[in-house]
Amino acid sequence: MKKVYANERWCLGCGLCKVYCRTAHSSTKDIIKAHKLESPRPVERLHIETGDKINFALQCRHCDDPKCVQSCITGAMQKDPETGLVFNETDRCVGCWTCVLVCPYGAIVRDEGKKKVAAKCDLCAQMGEPECVKHCPNNALVYEDRGEE
Amino acid sequence: MDYVIIGNSAAAVGCIEGLRKCDKKGRITVISDETHSVYSRPLISYYLAGKVKAENMGYRKTDFYEKFGVETMFGKKATAIDPKKKTVALDSGESVKYDKLLIATGSSPFVPPTEGLNSQDNFFTFLKYDDALGIEKWISKTANVVVVGAGLIGLKAAEGIAPVAGSVHVIEMAPRVLPMILDELAAAPVQKRLEENGVVFHLGMTAAKVVGDKHIEQVVLKDGTVLPCDVLVMGVGVRPNVAEAKAAGVEVNRGIIVDGTMRTNVADIWAAGDVTEGVDTVTGQRKIMALWPNAYMEGRAAGYDMAGKKDDFDGVFPMNAVNFFGLSVITAGIQGGENTTVLEKHDEVKGTSKRFFVKDDCLVGMILVGDVDRAGIYTSLLSERIPLSSLDGKLTDDGFGLMSLGYDRMKQRISS
Repeated sequence: MKKVYANERWCLGCGLCKVYCRTAHSSTKDIIKAHKLESPRPVERLHIETGDKINFALQCRHCDDPKCVQSCITGAMQKDPETGLVFNETDRCVGCWTCVLVCPYGAIVRDEGKKKVAAKCDLCAQMGEPECVKHCPNNALVYEDRGEE
Repeated sequence: MDYVIIGNSAAAVGCIEGLRKCDKKGRITVISDETHSVYSRPLISYYLAGKVKAENMGYRKTDFYEKFGVETMFGKKATAIDPKKKTVALDSGESVKYDKLLIATGSSPFVPPTEGLNSQDNFFTFLKYDDALGIEKWISKTANVVVVGAGLIGLKAAEGIAPVAGSVHVIEMAPRVLPMILDELAAAPVQKRLEENGVVFHLGMTAAKVVGDKHIEQVVLKDGTVLPCDVLVMGVGVRPNVAEAKAAGVEVNRGIIVDGTMRTNVADIWAAGDVTEGVDTVTGQRKIMALWPNAYMEGRAAGYDMAGKKDDFDGVFPMNAVNFFGLSVITAGIQGGENTTVLEKHDEVKGTSKRFFVKDDCLVGMILVGDVDRAGIYTSLLSERIPLSSLDGKLTDDGFGLMSLGYDRMKQRISS
């Protein structure tokens, strides 16, 4: 399946992916309003790690056999058998963080804005190409099918 | 092929989903003494608190059985297994033939013998949906509720009931809350958070007797304290439901003894979930690990093996993610013990703490309170036994992440 991959040597660690991820997951979809006006503030669904020479943004790996799906106590976390997308049906999520406990990538984010729910990369499923990829200034994020999983 | 599953909870669902990954055609029959289609037992406390509505109690959608081609026999109890004839006898008089059988009968609440306790109408245990539905009828803003047990079951009951009851008193024999999974340092903030939300604790204490013949009116503690009681909830612990398995010649210690693929000693019989006693992969010791995610994974592993396929299941160890009034706690592995060293970090202002237990250069346990972000990275260190000396950072580093695992491991994970 197509996923977002980072090139850790090209990544600037600038954080634009975070900004656009938040915007894509806001209710207004407006970059200024999402960051300045929306309350609760939308959370980004990626982690940026920065080092001396390497940096990267990390999103859900949409695993073949996701531990988060297997461990979810409510059945909210699921893998779409057609697309491979791992998604959280937030109406059924109670924010217990069992998914946080088992994800070896640390890819799941706590969203405690309204109701506590697990937030994660949905590959901007409704928007075509993921926003983080679209706005990466150095092509350090790519959206491609590498044939595995 | 006739696959039969006794039980209809996490392990059963794991088995069904595992089976169907490998075998699209075999007949699958699920037998359960409950009448509900599969629901999430951990949600019963959320249901009582009004945080989860009845329609969201399902662990899977209502079309689950149809979609996975599963025949259900609900409201029927399996009373005997005949491993020679390969049949399961039901209390309805029916007999179900199997080629391969999964015993996923779960566990039942343990009720400590207590003077005066019988089957009073306001006495409940706390494991099944029907328990919550029963308790719900007695709960009001003036109801005095007594919970026995401050383990995971008792505390989640207390948390769920506190917002909708008049008072909640919790009695626990151990000197701290969650004694099985938390040490004293971690237990204190959890206790405090519950107390701030109205829960009253009686620790190092037991219930001496209950007063009331058909209806409990009081609970008298060992020290003579009298608690008025409109609802009594026993949440002390669970015992595996092994009777039918034992009678069929399946090897049982406290739970059913299973191997790494969830097989029992009897041909064509597997077991998974709360009913089993497996090997804790962290300590290598055999124990009962009656936990929801583990039950699912064991069931799935059994499903693969029953269909003759290999799963990447690599065993289970104790792990918990649990919240109390917004305070998140994550634990995994063991908490302390011989020859372990402790690495810890506390933030007094935020009231958060991380404690790691290390043995032979490996992480063997952890307790995270309040700050649980990216905990799964630590969990992977524990399950994969990654030598801590090979890391590019310390467990207690701020921003501990994939980079801390070293370049190659990081590269492998971000490329997966």
